[in-house]
Amino acid sequence: METIDIASWVVLMLGAIFCVIGGIGLHRLPDFFSRLHGAGITDTLGAGLILFGLMLQAGLTLITVKLVFILAILWLTSPTSTHAIAKAARLAGLEPKLDTSDDASEGAS
Amino acid sequence: MFAATMAAVLVTMILALGRAVLGPTTYDRILGVNMAGTKTVLLIAVLGFLTGRPDFLDLALIYVFLNFIGTLAVLKFIEHGDLARNAGDGE
Repeated sequence: METIDIASWVVLMLGAIFCVIGGIGLHRLPDFFSRLHGAGITDTLGAGLILFGLMLQAGLTLITVKLVFILAILWLTSPTSTHAIAKAARLAGLEPKLDTSDDASEGAS
Repeated sequence: MFAATMAAVLVTMILALGRAVLGPTTYDRILGVNMAGTKTVLLIAVLGFLTGRPDFLDLALIYVFLNFIGTLAVLKFIEHGDLARNAGDGE
């Protein structure tokens, strides 16, 4: 039981760290299409690790079954909605901000 | 342990809502609100374990579906200006 507790600690803390990293990425990245990466990290790794840590705490009960359902549905729906947002933004004419510094330096040299 | 996880999820929600308030385009705002909804699911799940009564997981399950359908509905409304319109009409 002690080992499972320690493993649950580690997994929960990793999930929390990934969540905060994704949040900082969503706040700091310069462009809409790069901000999608930050949202993707929290939706897959952050949510997956936190729910897996809760599963380790709950043991083999009905609660674990509910957590597995939440995780499966979250992993199906959140990439779909991220893809829908990106497609809608692209159709609306939003362009990715491309890095043009390489071209400028090549042209200068 | 659960309190630390919950604090991290709350910080992430605040960052996502900050992007939803600041966001230069409409799609930034939708992305921030969608991510705050996903974090709400995690917050409900961790809150149940923190209080020792993990009975709120059904609510978390419903929140996943509401968040997904709400995001798609807002996207469709912004794109077409009409929720009843089919995707193939008049394009």
